[in-house]
Amino acid sequence: MSTLQGKTALVTGASRGIGRAIALRLARDGANIAGLDIKDDLLEETGALVREQGVEFLPITADVTDFDNMKAAVGQFTEAFDSLDIMVNNAGITRDNLLIRMSDEDWRAVISVNLTGVFNGIKAVARPMMRQRSGRIVNIASVVGMVGNAGQANYSASKGGVIALTKTAARELAGRGINVNAVAPGFIRTAMTDELSEEARESALGQIPFARFGEAQDVAAAVAFLAGPDSSYLTGQVIRVDGGMVM
Amino acid sequence: MASDVRERVISLIAERMDVDPDQITDDTHFVNDLQSDSLDMAELVIDLEEEFDLSISDEEAQKIETVGQAIKHIEESQQ
Ligand SMILES: NC(=O)c1ccc[n+]([C@@H]2O[C@H](COP(=O)([O-])OP(=O)(O)OC[C@H]3O[C@@H](n4cnc5c(N)ncnc54)[C@H](O)[C@@H]3O)[C@@H](O)[C@H]2O)c1
Repeated sequence: MSTLQGKTALVTGASRGIGRAIALRLARDGANIAGLDIKDDLLEETGALVREQGVEFLPITADVTDFDNMKAAVGQFTEAFDSLDIMVNNAGITRDNLLIRMSDEDWRAVISVNLTGVFNGIKAVARPMMRQRSGRIVNIASVVGMVGNAGQANYSASKGGVIALTKTAARELAGRGINVNAVAPGFIRTAMTDELSEEARESALGQIPFARFGEAQDVAAAVAFLAGPDSSYLTGQVIRVDGGMVM
Repeated sequence: MASDVRERVISLIAERMDVDPDQITDDTHFVNDLQSDSLDMAELVIDLEEEFDLSISDEEAQKIETVGQAIKHIEESQQ
């Protein structure tokens, strides 16, 4: 069970939803956790649940779109913990609209959090991990980044970008013992999908062989695998957690 | 001052490449003698930038092949 005993993990977007589930799962597997989020009001709630697992929790308030913020966050992390073993780039947002109605601002906002945020996260942890000659980076993409989705030009482009970025980082960092992989969730029950209209929900269910939305824990389980000892020969891969939606 | 730069550069390289500082001379070649790859060189450039609080362009960095060239570059940009 305690496959991550003594390891440390930095999880972005850890205040709620999938990020919180990832933090909890890695904590249950024995890792000390730093939870990073731009909004800190719910971070302590995640922290309390993480500490219940008998591990340490460090809350970090930072904006993934700002590299200096991320660099400072990693500084805080390495001051608190001896190593930086696992980085999970999970923070993400949606601003859906049809392409012809999508504002420049909505396009930029989503690219900036979902894609530039992951770039900043990888760049900030790469050097400490290179020095250690080990590390696991897991990026949260989306199946929408592989097959597209009407109404999500910005989001699908950002997630497709995350997949390509994952593969390039995997190639660049392999020589230093760092694995970089992605998890691509389908529809997961969180605040993000609670916003869907009844019509959108019905149409989504029609595309899912399991005919139900996944849970945040399903995503967290794939992350735990990619962060743990059983996936040491995997890099540059994308694991879909989508009830069979994309095959 | 000059010898100070030399000492700091050599100790930085020794630590980064895990070699004995006494083995490093001006003629030590990063690729041929220290088996540096492109990632090592990129890291070294960032380390030098941080250590000496200066900025080295990619073009300039590409011209640095030996330890002596690295020391010279830093001494010149500090003048
Ligand atoms: N819910 C789904 O169905 C689904 C499907 C596929 C992929 N995903 C991806 O999973 C990830 C988590 O999604 P979720 O459903 O848990 O969303 P969520 O909105 O519940 O949580 C996202 C978290 O990220 C934080 N965040 C947003 N912008 C940030 C920034 N600039 N800096 C730092 N933190 C920031 C938010 O404050 C929030 O706590 C996202 O990358 C999302 O795109 C979700």
